[in-house]
Amino acid sequence: MTPGEPLVRWEWIGSHMDEISFRLWEHFELTTIAIVVGLVIAFALSYIALRLPRLYPPITGVTGMLYTIPSLALFAFLVPYTGFSILTAEIGLVSYTLLILIRNIVGGIRGVPAEVRDAALGMGYTPRQILWRVELPLALAVIFAGIRVATITTIGLVTVTALIGEGGLGYFILFGIQLFFSTPLLVGAVGSVLFAVVVDGALVLVQRSLTPWSRVQ
Amino acid sequence: MEPGAVSLIGEVVRWFADPTHWEGPHGIPVRILEHVELSGLAIVIAVLIAGPIALYLGHTGRGGFIAVNVANIGRALPSFALLGVGLLIAIALGLGLGFWPTMFMLVPLAIPPIVTNTFVAVREVDRDVVEAARGMGLAEGQILRSIEIPLGLPLILAGIRTAAVNVVATATLGAVAAGGALGRFIVDGFALREHDQVLAGALLVALLAVVTEVSFAALERATVPPGMAAIR
Repeated sequence: MTPGEPLVRWEWIGSHMDEISFRLWEHFELTTIAIVVGLVIAFALSYIALRLPRLYPPITGVTGMLYTIPSLALFAFLVPYTGFSILTAEIGLVSYTLLILIRNIVGGIRGVPAEVRDAALGMGYTPRQILWRVELPLALAVIFAGIRVATITTIGLVTVTALIGEGGLGYFILFGIQLFFSTPLLVGAVGSVLFAVVVDGALVLVQRSLTPWSRVQ
Repeated sequence: MEPGAVSLIGEVVRWFADPTHWEGPHGIPVRILEHVELSGLAIVIAVLIAGPIALYLGHTGRGGFIAVNVANIGRALPSFALLGVGLLIAIALGLGLGFWPTMFMLVPLAIPPIVTNTFVAVREVDRDVVEAARGMGLAEGQILRSIEIPLGLPLILAGIRTAAVNVVATATLGAVAAGGALGRFIVDGFALREHDQVLAGALLVALLAVVTEVSFAALERATVPPGMAAIR
């Protein structure tokens, strides 16, 4: 940074509020799409894994492999095919949510005590009713733990997508690094961490309202 | 322009076959070396910081809550934000671009899994064994050195492996802050729209991450104490 340049120029932040809120919205959008699409795919794959347990190891194997590919490398693999686009960003972001989500969905549902399942069966529940009214509600706490981890990870990863022209608040980090300008850099860095903290808090509240019975403990 | 998959693979193969990409200060061997150097040093520093703290906490059984939650905090640290802040710190300290900003990003990323795993590794050592050692007159330091660390070693190494794979993957980002290493190929390739260079860089990074993972897994297997291997 140039000498004499203050760490934070508050007037820069004041005059860029429009752009900051636009980037924050973009960050929210990229994260939400990734989590929603990730959940849909994860639920489908978990359903398969629960029905055919033999397929669980290959499913976690492949999603685990996706998870280990360095994020920048994964985006780099995709860019020649899908360009500098939101699609490239989302393919990467969704890939990283799958392992965490599937593990928690399958783990959560498998963790439902067999007696509870038997009781539901004895009461005349169909397998579909057992899934929706017994297994999923009881697994919700574990599933939500997975959603929280996946969301926080995704919010961090979104900043990296600045390198392929997306990025949300990560745009300010890249901008700040390239121009040696600390104000936007800190806006992006601090902003994305705060955003993660706020979203995580919101998820905790949602989880509590969805699982009122767990509050007793 | 959307290049076909086949022609792109050909381009990448040609890129690797080009001898000029293997020579000089910007060649593949130098970039790999830079990447390994950067990642290796980051892991060593992280182990030196996290190791003693986690061993102490594990041995005394104190601070379990902190040790386990450090991992969650670590996940919340966005690497790109750390790189930006690392750059600010490096410039403020007059350390320059590239190497140190990347180091300031990598070390905080590497610490949480090492702390958590080392803590759990020491805690999970059978308390009866530790009590027996104490009864035999071993000092606390000796218990740690000759009982808890050897028995917990596979799990400790598993934590270092998680950290190392993460560090190797993330070191790629250092190129954004004018760093060297393999990220150079990707970032320069993006800037120049040279897909062959981008893909080659991505391939090299992914390969290095896999090699790191595999070598640590082998190391873990090799360090299981003979007595424990029999039980497993």
